[in-house]
Amino acid sequence: MTLDDTADPLDDAVLAARLFALAPAIFKGMVLRGNSPAREALVAALGAAVTLRRMPGHIDDERLLGGIDLAASLSAGRPIRQTGLIEEARGGALLAGMAERMDGSIAGRLAQALDEGQAALVLLDDATEPEEAPPASLTERLAFACDLSTSRRWQGVELAPAVGTLAQVAPLDDDALRALAATADALGVESVRALIFAGEAARGLAALDGRGAAEKGDLTGAVRLVLVPRATRLPSQEQEAPPEDQPPPPEGERDDQSDSEQQQQELDLSDILVEAAKAAIPADLLAQLAQGKAPRRSSSSGTGQKRKAATRGKPLGARPGMPRGGAKLALIDSLRAAVPWQAVRRREAGGNDASAILMRKEDLRIRRFEERAARVTIFAVDASGSAAAARLAEAKGAVELMLGQAYVTRSEVALVAFRGTSAELILPPTRSLTRARRTLAELPGGGGTPLAMGLNTAREVAEAVIARGRSAALVILTDGRANIAADGSPGRPQAAADAESAAKAIYARGIDALVVDISARPGPEGAALAAALGGRFLALPRADARMITAAINAVQPIGKAA
Amino acid sequence: MARFPFSAIVGQDEMKQALLIAAVDPSIGGVMVFGDRGTGKSTAARALASLLPPIMAADGCPYGASKEDQARYPGVCGTGKMVKRAVPFVDMPLGATEDRVIGSLDLERALRSGEKAFEPGLLAKAHRGFLYIDEINLLEDHLVDLLLDVAASGENVVEREGLSVRHPAKFVLIGSGNPEEGELRPQLLDRFGLSVEVRSPKDIEVRIAIMRLVAENERDPESFAARWAGEDEAILKRVAKGKARLPKLEAGDDVLRDAANLCLAVGADGLRGELTLMRAARALAALEGAKSVTRKHMIAIAPLALRHRLRRDVLDETGSTVRITRAIAELFG
Repeated sequence: MTLDDTADPLDDAVLAARLFALAPAIFKGMVLRGNSPAREALVAALGAAVTLRRMPGHIDDERLLGGIDLAASLSAGRPIRQTGLIEEARGGALLAGMAERMDGSIAGRLAQALDEGQAALVLLDDATEPEEAPPASLTERLAFACDLSTSRRWQGVELAPAVGTLAQVAPLDDDALRALAATADALGVESVRALIFAGEAARGLAALDGRGAAEKGDLTGAVRLVLVPRATRLPSQEQEAPPEDQPPPPEGERDDQSDSEQQQQELDLSDILVEAAKAAIPADLLAQLAQGKAPRRSSSSGTGQKRKAATRGKPLGARPGMPRGGAKLALIDSLRAAVPWQAVRRREAGGNDASAILMRKEDLRIRRFEERAARVTIFAVDASGSAAAARLAEAKGAVELMLGQAYVTRSEVALVAFRGTSAELILPPTRSLTRARRTLAELPGGGGTPLAMGLNTAREVAEAVIARGRSAALVILTDGRANIAADGSPGRPQAAADAESAAKAIYARGIDALVVDISARPGPEGAALAAALGGRFLALPRADARMITAAINAVQPIGKAA
Repeated sequence: MARFPFSAIVGQDEMKQALLIAAVDPSIGGVMVFGDRGTGKSTAARALASLLPPIMAADGCPYGASKEDQARYPGVCGTGKMVKRAVPFVDMPLGATEDRVIGSLDLERALRSGEKAFEPGLLAKAHRGFLYIDEINLLEDHLVDLLLDVAASGENVVEREGLSVRHPAKFVLIGSGNPEEGELRPQLLDRFGLSVEVRSPKDIEVRIAIMRLVAENERDPESFAARWAGEDEAILKRVAKGKARLPKLEAGDDVLRDAANLCLAVGADGLRGELTLMRAARALAALEGAKSVTRKHMIAIAPLALRHRLRRDVLDETGSTVRITRAIAELFG
């Protein structure tokens, strides 16, 4: 268990898997990232120690939780129950592939089963895009997360059985608890659940070796396996440019330093742990932090609201079909369809069938639901110097108000800002007012007007939204006076030409657009841009945010399904 | 998983207070908990449910009907004799379908005999207890509407699939969610009685204490529970006394006026804020064993009762809690 730079990620994953196999009920499970031979080998080895039950992504409620087996019930003429997969897998673990695509409703069920100690879970995360990740409600509840995408090994993977048991290991002493808590703080791990996992993991590591108490090495191991994958910041960087959404340095640490000598010793222990943690932090976390991105754990959640299944919503009536693939049986309609045929069918059956109702497959009706396509309104905000500072503030205010309304109607908002020589998606589609407000408040103004870049970025966001089956609309707040071309070079004529072709690309894609002219004295540029976009144009005299919103709403009611 | 004793929960004072107030006066209208994952939100809610004394309910009744329910809903609630049962705690998963929540046609009986019977759902199960919904902000909108509607009326009315059923469903709705991951619509938020903000404890000592307690409980749940039984008992007594005292307490005109002024000052529009503020102040006074409802009670509970009702002000970046404490300082010194 030494910290070796050349160590393969598989080593820790094997260790985590041994811990999980030691006490599935305590550690709840693990997330295995990266589709690699190493992961297959590990899953196979784990399967030898813990019974793994594969769970397909399209599993329905009945199969997961148990219920009536409809097909069998119909043919038998009496209700036949089936047990749910969660129950069948009890004592072992459920294995979910492509966990990054897991439906929010299934994640909800599993989270509940985990909380009640009825299930353990191994999630295989094949995400390639940074915004993809398994539901956070599950990853939070599982002790371990291992990234095996860079592992070079796959041979000879096996889980050595534990020498001792968890019960034989003494509880952690105060020093150890304090060290773990301080380390969690230094790593920005706020969840108390993670801290509890770490404590048990330290004891578990001692149990694997058959020792009666956890030692320093066990603590470092626990930090590496449990806390480091959850780290949201790097320890002791002297707060040099901390990522802004991280909490301030914990007070506890400062108090400790001024305290007694005994606590000084404990701090030493936590220093060692922090050092160990730093060594174990993967490179991509550094890269993410450098880019100022939130770690993927917190950036990705809310799959529940995004992926709306066609199995919910307002009921619309029934149509013939088999209740599968999540479609719900409309029982009354099915019975209604079967009733007129009863006499005929009974004659056909010749009295051999005693069931009350003779049902056939063609009687089955499934329910239909109205599903509203979620709408995303993308704001492209001109934050250049020419869009005067006061107007920028107004535009910001308008976006906030729009967002306030957007969440009334459950639609989402994204924010693209362009200034100087770049355009950036500063807020991916969200419904969170908290996030939007923070992002907006930090939006600086000044510099040239790279209108073409702004339009192109907005179009790309819109295309991504449409690709996910939602509808997109653009609201462009600008003065239209482009002076930076698409390649970043200054010069008005080229900039204007580029902006026009960017606008036409949006028009060609059939994306709804609205141009709000936010210049002090509207010129012809804004109207020309709107014309190229095939969109609507609003020249606003001095207005406050509320008036802008009212104008936008008058032109384009937000939240109506397209 | 062993239930954690309520009194052994470290910190989270605001949430514990809100839960106790809801236990004293369930008509307060539910508690919304804002906070991060892994902060012990559901642990606290579960702990309270298991702390409360068992209720007397009709034997075998799917609704756990009380005597009054039997009289009010003849033919719906069971007629069995009264037996003790634990206060129900229903943990509603995110993916729950409308069928499972409100109840649906009993498939089994329909298939067997073509009989149209009602199979009670989660709302029935939660009657006289708690309905806990983690990540309520990610729940389908129409379900949230429905839940709040039933929670407010105390009755579940089912008119679908050819069924026509009315059954009692009085429960304390506890929702939790992280506003960073999407927010609840303001009109829904407004219908929650109280809201609390739960943060991960930052103090190292507190975090250590939590780890120690959880480990102890994990090791030997029985003796752990026994150790805290005395303190749980004391809390239980407080709740019981508070319940008994509640009908005798009434807020005076001066407190009512204070409450109205405060609501005006912070811009919590709608009568609901005022009403809840008064009810919560009264429940707090009852819980504390006070002789009368005073301004002190009203001020203490104001952030919980009002913070989720403030209109969002685009230009004001300060949080709702700050705005309320500021208004309190300005109004009452």
